[in-house]
Amino acid sequence: MKDIRYIFAIKEAMEEEMDRDENVFLIGEDVGLAGGSFGASKGLYEKFGPERIVDTPISELGFTSLAAGAASCGLRPIVEIMFMDFVTCCMDSIVNQIAKMRYMFGNQYTVPIVVRMPEGGGLNAGPQHSQCLEAWFAHVPGLKVVMAANPYDVKGLLKSAIRDDNPVIFIENKTLHAMKGSIPEEEYLIPIGKAAVKREGTDVTVVSASRLVNESLKAADALSKEGVSVEVVDLRTIQPWDRETVFTSIAKTHRLVVAHEAVKQFGFGAEIAAAVAEEILDELDAPIMRVGAPFVPASYSLEKYYVPGAEDVKKAVLATMERSF
Amino acid sequence: MGKPSKEKMIEMYRAMVKIRKTEQKLMEVFSNGEILGFLHVSIGQEAAPVGICSHLTEADYIATTHRGHGHAIAKGIDLKMAMAELFGKNAGYCLGRSGSMHLADKSRGIMGANGIVGAGIPIATGAAFAAKYKKTDQVAVATFGEGATGEGAFHEALNFAAIKKLPIVYLCENNGWAEFSPMSIHAPVQSITQRALAYDIPAVTVANDVLEIYEEAGKAVERARKGEGPTLVEVRSERWYGHYVGDAQKYRGKENVAQAMAKDCLLNFEKDLLQAKVMKKRDIENINAELDTEIKAAVRFARECPYPEVSEMMEGLYL
Repeated sequence: MKDIRYIFAIKEAMEEEMDRDENVFLIGEDVGLAGGSFGASKGLYEKFGPERIVDTPISELGFTSLAAGAASCGLRPIVEIMFMDFVTCCMDSIVNQIAKMRYMFGNQYTVPIVVRMPEGGGLNAGPQHSQCLEAWFAHVPGLKVVMAANPYDVKGLLKSAIRDDNPVIFIENKTLHAMKGSIPEEEYLIPIGKAAVKREGTDVTVVSASRLVNESLKAADALSKEGVSVEVVDLRTIQPWDRETVFTSIAKTHRLVVAHEAVKQFGFGAEIAAAVAEEILDELDAPIMRVGAPFVPASYSLEKYYVPGAEDVKKAVLATMERSF
Repeated sequence: MGKPSKEKMIEMYRAMVKIRKTEQKLMEVFSNGEILGFLHVSIGQEAAPVGICSHLTEADYIATTHRGHGHAIAKGIDLKMAMAELFGKNAGYCLGRSGSMHLADKSRGIMGANGIVGAGIPIATGAAFAAKYKKTDQVAVATFGEGATGEGAFHEALNFAAIKKLPIVYLCENNGWAEFSPMSIHAPVQSITQRALAYDIPAVTVANDVLEIYEEAGKAVERARKGEGPTLVEVRSERWYGHYVGDAQKYRGKENVAQAMAKDCLLNFEKDLLQAKVMKKRDIENINAELDTEIKAAVRFARECPYPEVSEMMEGLYL
């Protein structure tokens, strides 16, 4: 095992896959000479050259659709969108083109493309640099949506995403880039579509993804001192999400909290809550609670009150513990 | 780039007639209600797809538009399978999922018509990127109308292609109408070539004349194949039947439509070929009759094929 930061785990994943398959390339703003805005491709330009680490003009739509065209001609692009907010500039590429090309063209084309982007607050960067928009993409048939909570997960999931023949929206979190964690020296993969139980418990299930998994683990620690046993399920993939793991956990705890950094309304937590209500409502002993940001744009000066954290998860867990049907 | 050989000219004539007759037949079956959705025909614009595709191989790429039947036919699409797709049948290229607006044939590098104006331009640019990446001698073509040049996709793609000297030809069919609006409403320039110059991309305007297009497109394809980078070719073409079939073109005026129809690129070519004695009247009649038979057979095939089963709807979304 070795210690590594999240951002370098991303770099290792890309480097290993580029070593493995010459059709894999990275494209985006400042990914080459500059080594990536957050440093994810540091050193890769020197190793692979400008043909495979492709700097682009500031033109998210142009280079994302270009990657779609290249992918349908046999290449395997990794697209870096500097901030998730900027993905709004290439929604046609992702929603109308990439997500539909395979199905719409009657399976003639495969579009093996990974679009990486960091979401979330933490930099006090305000309304246009802090959003969590994963639910948009989870709502579009044809895309897979992956979110990684720590260095181990981000490496294994990104490698799987690059090898996947479907388009994958790969969501990082800016506050996690500096996070340290242990990963094996040898190669490993984490399957897309499988959740992980990150902490076992018996009283309440917290279903989460990305940074809120770590916050939920902190909340679980604190709650264990108060005699509440929390099970934390990290979805890791929110589309397609792992119903089996989530439902199995709920069948054990009979209480559910869903937690994400995105605004609460219409977030992926709503889908999970709805699916649980449709399919296993009789397993629940109490109402489902949701944790998410308030329904306003991220505030520059009030960010610390805006972004949900361990305290919010703790409150939600206690709220569901106080209720029963 | 010289003139095409006699044989090539006959082949080009045949392709233009095939496009014209196929579109006419499609208008007929569309009005019967046999084809659903929207239908955008390219009658009056047959010269451009034939002029450029005459220089392409099956391995070359083309990304087209909602008005894309002509490009697909010029690139060699199988008419039966294409017709089956337009009829929404299982035997169609896209299993009946795409219809007219997303018709694609991967085996011939036809990367798809596109329902989003301008969206094919960066996709074709990506095909050119892939060709350069893999060091093949393939060329990509993006076709679009002048209306699409208002989209960011056009500008972002041209900018990148110019920086990277990608093997691509941007074929702008300027028919003067962006859906229902004339160019004076949406562009301050007189010619789309002016926009290419901003990206240091050589550009040329040609009339709706298949031999002129053949010559300029030939130079552009050759430049791309030699690794000299992108070129934009603007064709001043004519749209006869409105944005979609059924568009009454009230915004346009009958006189304007009549003027467009008077500039018939197919009829003009036919006259030239007769005058130059490349073909006789008899040859022309034969070609027309052969194509009538072929198109009729394609329609019969499409009519007889089954629709996809509802149970197939959920298949193939993910690999």
